[in-house]
Amino acid sequence: MLNYIAKRLAMAVPTLLIVITVSFFLMRVAPGGPFDGERQLPPEIEANLMAAYHLDEPLWMQYLRYMGNLVQGDFGPSFKYKDFSVTELIMQGFPVSLELGALAIALALLLGIPMGVMAALRRNSALDYSLMGVALGGIAVPNFVIAPLMALFFGVILGWLPVGGWNGGALPNLVLPVIALAIQQIAYIARMMRASMIEVLGSHFIRTARAKGLSEREVILRHALRPAMLPVLSYLGPAIAGIITGSVVIEQIFGLPGIGRYFVQGALNRDYTLVMGTVVFYGVLIVLMNLIVDLLYSLFDPQIRYDDD
Amino acid sequence: MINSKKLTIAAGVMALAVQSLDLSAATLRIDNGAEPGTLDPHQSSGTWESRIIREMFETLVSHGPQGELVPGLAERWEISDDGTTLTFHLREEAQWSDGEPITAEDAVFSLRRLLQPAMAAYNANLYYPIEGARAINSGEAQAETLGVEALDDHTLRIHLVRPTAWFMQALAMNEAAPLPEHYLSEHPDNWIAPGRTPVSGPFSLSEWVPQDHITLSRNPAYFAADSVALDEAVFYPIEDANSALNRYRAGSLDISYSSVPSQRFDWVQENLPEALRVSPFVAEYFYMFNLREESPFSDVRVREALNLATRREVITEQLLGMGQIPSSWLVPRVTEGGTRGQMAFADMSMDARMARARELMQAAGYGPGNPLQVELRYNTLEDHKRIAVALAAMWKPLGVDITLNNSEAATHYAAVNEGNFELARYGMVATINDPYDFLGSYATDGSAARSTGYHNAAYDELVTQSSRILDDEERARVLTQAQQTLLDDYALLPLYDYVNTALVSPRVSGWHPTPMNVHPLRYVSIEE
Repeated sequence: MLNYIAKRLAMAVPTLLIVITVSFFLMRVAPGGPFDGERQLPPEIEANLMAAYHLDEPLWMQYLRYMGNLVQGDFGPSFKYKDFSVTELIMQGFPVSLELGALAIALALLLGIPMGVMAALRRNSALDYSLMGVALGGIAVPNFVIAPLMALFFGVILGWLPVGGWNGGALPNLVLPVIALAIQQIAYIARMMRASMIEVLGSHFIRTARAKGLSEREVILRHALRPAMLPVLSYLGPAIAGIITGSVVIEQIFGLPGIGRYFVQGALNRDYTLVMGTVVFYGVLIVLMNLIVDLLYSLFDPQIRYDDD
Repeated sequence: MINSKKLTIAAGVMALAVQSLDLSAATLRIDNGAEPGTLDPHQSSGTWESRIIREMFETLVSHGPQGELVPGLAERWEISDDGTTLTFHLREEAQWSDGEPITAEDAVFSLRRLLQPAMAAYNANLYYPIEGARAINSGEAQAETLGVEALDDHTLRIHLVRPTAWFMQALAMNEAAPLPEHYLSEHPDNWIAPGRTPVSGPFSLSEWVPQDHITLSRNPAYFAADSVALDEAVFYPIEDANSALNRYRAGSLDISYSSVPSQRFDWVQENLPEALRVSPFVAEYFYMFNLREESPFSDVRVREALNLATRREVITEQLLGMGQIPSSWLVPRVTEGGTRGQMAFADMSMDARMARARELMQAAGYGPGNPLQVELRYNTLEDHKRIAVALAAMWKPLGVDITLNNSEAATHYAAVNEGNFELARYGMVATINDPYDFLGSYATDGSAARSTGYHNAAYDELVTQSSRILDDEERARVLTQAQQTLLDDYALLPLYDYVNTALVSPRVSGWHPTPMNVHPLRYVSIEE
């Protein structure tokens, strides 16, 4: 097992190196620079800015400088947010995104799995159709539509919950963004769970279990549920990484200090160091999430074992 | 899907949280529109930064409640007859929030720091009128050679290369604020830190959570601390204008500086009339013509024809409808200094204008049979698109075929800066409330001149001359003449003067609409 983990981590190094290199040069190919804005700067001022951020050096030298700093764990200063380093920005924003994302995923699993199982057990019934109808709605309506509507209804009209803001992560401030973030995941998971449950219920070992005279409850909980959850599990890796870093819209609408917005803002502002920082961070996160999911597989699927050879 | 009991409990907790916030008496909650990139006065570049910095660092010359210039750390000053020597007398009682006295040395230190090339200050060029400033900023001279000296602890002298009419405006900017040399020399990096940075203004920085909020607290050491009514001001970086509006409606904001979204403007006007504040802004919306030889707009007849055929009222009234002022000039009318002038067609009927426009196009060799093909560039935004589409329709009868090309801001402005366009949307927002900010951009070495290739020696001379005139009336005359020269060349296609929109709770008093969007908090109070 440890051997396997070490091997996987070693394999991640060249992957990340390629991701970083490609991103670095792609970012520079994009037209416009960090100082191209509505206000054009006099040549003297622009020269000073370029020199201050080493942008006047040849690109290969900038690349080597960046990689050199990166190896020492230094993401460099943000071009736009000058009073903070990129590391500080990510470290301040990540806990917020993590909390939001983890709660949203937990909520999605808690609701999505039972919804899918119920729909599968009452296949083609009114319950099935209504659950799957709701799920389809959850997938079809994008969260940039749902979120402002929820904010308007629960925040402005009813006045039950704050319309936005983080407030140190207070529970009332979490409710709307977590739900908004989870809706789509609930829908995906419910549909995935239903499909795989139906498949598992039709397989031989379930027929055998039933033939042994086990109660329906025992058949579902002890035999069918675990294998039926495998597709959901493999979906979770990228979903978690995506939900943690990619809640851009939700963070923007509710004004939350997470790291999702740094992706978009960084790219739009040509804040090279900030974009690179988030890319590296996201890359590492995906590699780790995929590894964890693969390890979890062995718990759920008896056919998979990562034994030391 | 969600347990309704839990929701009710959550709502109750929230209600408590809201109440406890309201208990801390004079707290003003402000939507700042964006997250400040920095609170270092020398590094800042946007209003969302200067709005906070201004409260922390008092300038020698400051802003009054209506945005007018008033004495700040300097209680009075003298200007020599030739206009090149400025002597400032600093308030003797003024001290930093850590108890150290604020001295003329702090002012000298700050201006030298501002102009060092390594500081890479965005607005350093506004201080080039000071002797030696340009050479220092270009790395050709040492900071110590700057023409600024402390005659004693409380007397500062600034030597200018030439009289400069707008220099007082530059001194009222954050960049020129004296900085605490005693603290900065010990903590040159990361000197902006909540609870530690010594400040000279009415408020000090007490909390900064990036992308969440910034809290300023009353500075008891401020020279006019007794007159400051607010205990605290909290700034939220809300980027989404609709969210800002919702949060204002929910009662969690007292002031919102995010512009009211144009689709919601009518609704806000109807439902929040007591909060909506609309006022003219020192900013101009216009299209740049590329005047270089290879561009179709190198022909003045084409430029005049497009200007004639543009119905600006349609854009300001029917498309935007927020009180924008249709313009045929570059310097917004609200700008100080009394610059006038307009394009020649102002009194012509629309029919006469169209007839003349057709003649001009024909003379230039264009017409329905031989249309003028032009690419119009704009940065991606719904309103910019609507305006571009409307203009394309207005010009169609002249035989003008517009291709729209939108790109995100950085790409758009890079193309404009490089002169890589034919016709481009532009928004010019004043840095200082002076016509020079606009007219200078089309003069020698100005940014618009570099983008468009505009050059007119007579115009350059008038603009240069205007900055040296200290008599207001005489200066207004020269500035008007300069602007008229530019307009007679049809060097640009002006559309409208911008307006500022803000939401201000009726509980707030002492807040006034100002042309530069400057609202010093020391004059603001909130009803409990």
